[in-house]
Amino acid sequence: MTFPYLLTLVIFLPLLGALLTLVMRDVSTVRWMALGTTVATFLLSCLLYVGFDPAADPSVPQFADVTGPLISHAFDVKYFVGIDGINILLVMLTTLLGPIIVLSSWHYIAKQQAAYYGLLLLLQTGVLGVFTSFDLFFFYIFFELTLIPMYFIIGIWGGEDRIYAAIKFVIYTMVGSLLMLAALLYLGYLAGNEVNAGVFTTDYFNLLALEIPLGTQTWLFLLFALAFAIKVPLFPLHTWLPDAHVQAPTGGSVVLAGVLLKMGTYGLLRFCLPLFPNASFSWALPAAVLGVIGIIYGALVARAQPDAKKLIAYSSVSHLGFIVIGLFAFTIEAMQGALLQMINHGISTGALFLLLGMLYERRHTRLMTDYGGIAKSVPLLTFFMVFSVLASAGLPGLNGFVGEFMILLGAFKSTVIGSPGLIALATTGVILAAVYLLWMLYRVFWGPITDQANAEMDDLNGREFAILAPLAALMLFIGFVPQPFLDKSDVAMQHLLDTVEAKQASIAEAAADESPAPPAARAAFDGTTFSVETNHRPVP
Amino acid sequence: MDALLVRLIILLPLAGAILTGLVPLFMPGLRKNESLISTIGTLAVAVPFGMVVYLFLTFDGNAFVATFYTWMAAGDLSVDFAYRIDQLSLIMGLVVLGVGTLIHVYSIGYMHGDDGFWKFFSYLNLFIFAMLNLILADNLVVLFLGWEGVGLCSFLLIGFWYTDLKNSAAANKAFIVNRIGDFAFLLAMFLLFRELGGLDFDTLLNGVDTLSSTTVTMAVLLLFLAATGKSAQIPLFVWLPDAMAGPTPVSALIHAATMVTSGLYLLARMSDMVLAAPGVMVLIAIVGALTALVAATIAITQTDIKRVLAYSTVSQLGFMFMAVGVGAFFVAIFHVVTHAFFKALLFLGSGSVIHGMHEVEHDLEHEGHDTSSFDAQDMRTMGNLKAYMPATHITFLIATLAIAGIPLLSGFFSKDEILFMAFQAGYNGMPVAYAVWAVGILTALLTAVYMTRAYVLTFRGEERWPEAPSIAPHESPLSMTLPLWTLAILAIVGGYIGLPGVIADGDWNWIHHYLAQDYGGPVADLADSAGFSLPLALKWLLIAIGGGVAILGVSLAWVAYDREGLAFDDRLRERLGPLYGVWEVKYRLDEVYDAALVNPIRDIMGQGFAKADASVVDGVVNGAARGAAAFGRVLGRIQTGVIQRYAVMMVLGVVIVMALILFV
Repeated sequence: MTFPYLLTLVIFLPLLGALLTLVMRDVSTVRWMALGTTVATFLLSCLLYVGFDPAADPSVPQFADVTGPLISHAFDVKYFVGIDGINILLVMLTTLLGPIIVLSSWHYIAKQQAAYYGLLLLLQTGVLGVFTSFDLFFFYIFFELTLIPMYFIIGIWGGEDRIYAAIKFVIYTMVGSLLMLAALLYLGYLAGNEVNAGVFTTDYFNLLALEIPLGTQTWLFLLFALAFAIKVPLFPLHTWLPDAHVQAPTGGSVVLAGVLLKMGTYGLLRFCLPLFPNASFSWALPAAVLGVIGIIYGALVARAQPDAKKLIAYSSVSHLGFIVIGLFAFTIEAMQGALLQMINHGISTGALFLLLGMLYERRHTRLMTDYGGIAKSVPLLTFFMVFSVLASAGLPGLNGFVGEFMILLGAFKSTVIGSPGLIALATTGVILAAVYLLWMLYRVFWGPITDQANAEMDDLNGREFAILAPLAALMLFIGFVPQPFLDKSDVAMQHLLDTVEAKQASIAEAAADESPAPPAARAAFDGTTFSVETNHRPVP
Repeated sequence: MDALLVRLIILLPLAGAILTGLVPLFMPGLRKNESLISTIGTLAVAVPFGMVVYLFLTFDGNAFVATFYTWMAAGDLSVDFAYRIDQLSLIMGLVVLGVGTLIHVYSIGYMHGDDGFWKFFSYLNLFIFAMLNLILADNLVVLFLGWEGVGLCSFLLIGFWYTDLKNSAAANKAFIVNRIGDFAFLLAMFLLFRELGGLDFDTLLNGVDTLSSTTVTMAVLLLFLAATGKSAQIPLFVWLPDAMAGPTPVSALIHAATMVTSGLYLLARMSDMVLAAPGVMVLIAIVGALTALVAATIAITQTDIKRVLAYSTVSQLGFMFMAVGVGAFFVAIFHVVTHAFFKALLFLGSGSVIHGMHEVEHDLEHEGHDTSSFDAQDMRTMGNLKAYMPATHITFLIATLAIAGIPLLSGFFSKDEILFMAFQAGYNGMPVAYAVWAVGILTALLTAVYMTRAYVLTFRGEERWPEAPSIAPHESPLSMTLPLWTLAILAIVGGYIGLPGVIADGDWNWIHHYLAQDYGGPVADLADSAGFSLPLALKWLLIAIGGGVAILGVSLAWVAYDREGLAFDDRLRERLGPLYGVWEVKYRLDEVYDAALVNPIRDIMGQGFAKADASVVDGVVNGAARGAAAFGRVLGRIQTGVIQRYAVMMVLGVVIVMALILFV
């Protein structure tokens, strides 16, 4: 079943709920309204999922809603949203986490509930807009829209250092996205002149039709990539993340880890790679190196944390490193793995933050030394924690393995990264993940109970069980049956990869015709299309 | 029909794990229902065992693959949940499910009354499920699912009694050390996939010829490193002795009979590729021989009965790697089979002993003794148990003689075949194989000594616990002794599936004919294709030497320890001096790893990075922010609020811009 403006409804239904919170005063009403809105959004998005045809022409977004031009005919800026193989799973992840986050905040949020749930719903609209926009102007607006609610969620309902963390989060991200805005405006005029009869345009497909000269590509790529790399976050731009995670309330941490970080990797995949293919090829190795550093560095720093939430925050730095490597591998195996891993990370790290939040609600501490031996008092919580830890550590049979395996397998054979040794180094991440996660279990769950408060902790209640069970079921399901999800993006990802490779080759050829490369390098260029980028190392 | 059976064989243990684990987790009322849990748990293994027996009996020599569905696919990658039934997987299936069934039965008695009874059976079932994936997989990825799955179960079971942090630490150690091996496994898959475009065994083994020798060497080296993790060889064997923290049936099933042999299975499965890397084979033979010797020397000095057996397992696995190293893959599997019988028996016997000693401990406590220093696994507090536990005693003795290699028992045949193959490989032009053979003979002598020592100290001599004999252990219940007797029979006759070449010119070596490619099996066979054969008299001589050292070792240790008891350990310590000291501290390998690897990475790099992250990486960020703020304050001073000054600045600005436009 489908109807006009279904996708628009999915995107803006949470905003409607957010507006409703303005007139609601009763806490219980607000909570139930928020739950109802997120559940309805999820159910409506299921129509998208079911109705989406993964085999259809990947260059035409489905469920597309287009209105515009909005400002004036001098600017081709449209409201243009749609679904394709690249974003369908991310949209589903966002809508699925919606009710889960509302439920996790049920008692955790004890003040100004109406404002909290309003911001949460506003945030969901922002994220959905980011994932579905095919007009970069609107993409940018949605991208910035997510900042404001998150700023308040951390700043009002966060921990002791919430103001510092919130401001840092906003300024850090703003620096990146303002630079992206500059690049975006330039790109809009460029596309206007080249392919849109002189009219400024931010339509994704107009931009995609551009063949940007190498030098311009490089700096446009860097400006876009910087904004996304901060969001991911890619080493060394990650330091806002642990602060934001530790200070944010549970719900905030889950949105942050679950979907906000994915806006970075999604942006790289959707925009950086296809719009700037030659620069992406040139920068694949540096990006992969930063990814590998993130994997190892994030894991080692995680191991050293006394604070469980900070440990999981650093584990995100480690895990997102894998995704970046997968995206820049330019092999279908790795890129499909990277997209699936975005979902996987959202599920398993989301679950880990939810579980830590449940512990925090019981004991009001995040320090692992304050726990110990609680497997005895909270066996169900322990079960879900062990389950999520194993998924996060990439145990085969659970979701994390499929993504990581495909990423590394594909990156190992990647000729664009071209460094199996580097991928071998990345693979040490599977050892290190086991190290920091198992020692977390060791310190929190095993051993004798030494603190009476730990002995008297209550196990999961029905609400908490309802939050965790679907996530655990998904971890297991994706672990054993990932193919239905991979099938959703298979055609679209292959198309994206083909587009990138074709454009890359064509632009490189044009550049080679214009300015003859040194003889040695030109010889290499004759054989393979991608080795030419060695002649056009990015201008710093 | 057969494909359906394969499905059931795989899925029944999984169903068992869910019914005995997940269901009681959410319905605590069921947890105490031991008879229901143990019935489901045992049937979930026994029924598949029956099915494998059926498949084995009806097997017509043609391997077949049962495909469930596609696991993951993208580009060239296409991994199916596909399972291969052939001679090798059938043999492994019989061992895993047969021994597994016996150990489930044994656990009914052993775990009786434990709070985690249900969890225990669930983990065991889950282990069997994972192990079946490992040995039946038709591609490396599904094999890896089983490979990590058994590692997980091992982790869960070592840390089973989690209220003692020592156990949990041992569990972590096992999992992390195994992950180092798994890391190599992953790299081997990445490499082979890049070169061959697939990971199913047909693609891999048919493609060996197309690979460059560098690639093959690298791939086999990585697979071998993976095997050293799971099968506890130098340099990764350190986790196995600590793994004895788990309940004893676990030590028997996972850490002796099945999981730890999966490295050998992997190499046998990939034997065509292993043969293409002769350099790595030399390394495998040397590592196997060294591990066998090192572990045997440590075993002589241990006083914890389970630790003796643990080092013995490491040592016996070393023998199997020697076989792989000299290209005798089917012999490695032969020793896997016989070892599964006698080592499972030894562990279950030690479990019965520990069960009895716990009874003593309990009684002593009841009498008002301080039992805080009483250790139910310490052989120094045992002695003369033959008087109290006759069934355990006889079966343990049989297993001891079998592992020592006393002629006509199972261990004799398989170990002798390994030594024979090593010698023959030397004869056929692999000089290092002679050295491997010599180390093997020395290790065989040591094996006979340390096992006899363990037997005598436990079952003979005088009772060494307090208040003996008024407080005394009793024989274990039938559910425990029945598996002991069954395994004892297998430990006696198990070797007759592989009679040596001197008899009927090798025609009666059933397992050779069943497994080896020369006879239509899946396992490569270097020994025969090499074409050389030792003179008959030399063959007999080698057998005589092999049997001779076993008899010598058993007799010497028997006389020494029966006469002097524990005092003989002290005599050894005096006579051997520092050498014994090195053995006693286990070559300080754990300490070396801690100092060289664990501590630098964890403390120096981990803590160092964490500090640097806060001070340097984040410091730059905050520094930039402070810089921006300072810059803002500077600009702020200009914003005085005095209109005239703004006007002046505007004019100045306009002038500058005009000047730029006009003159530049």
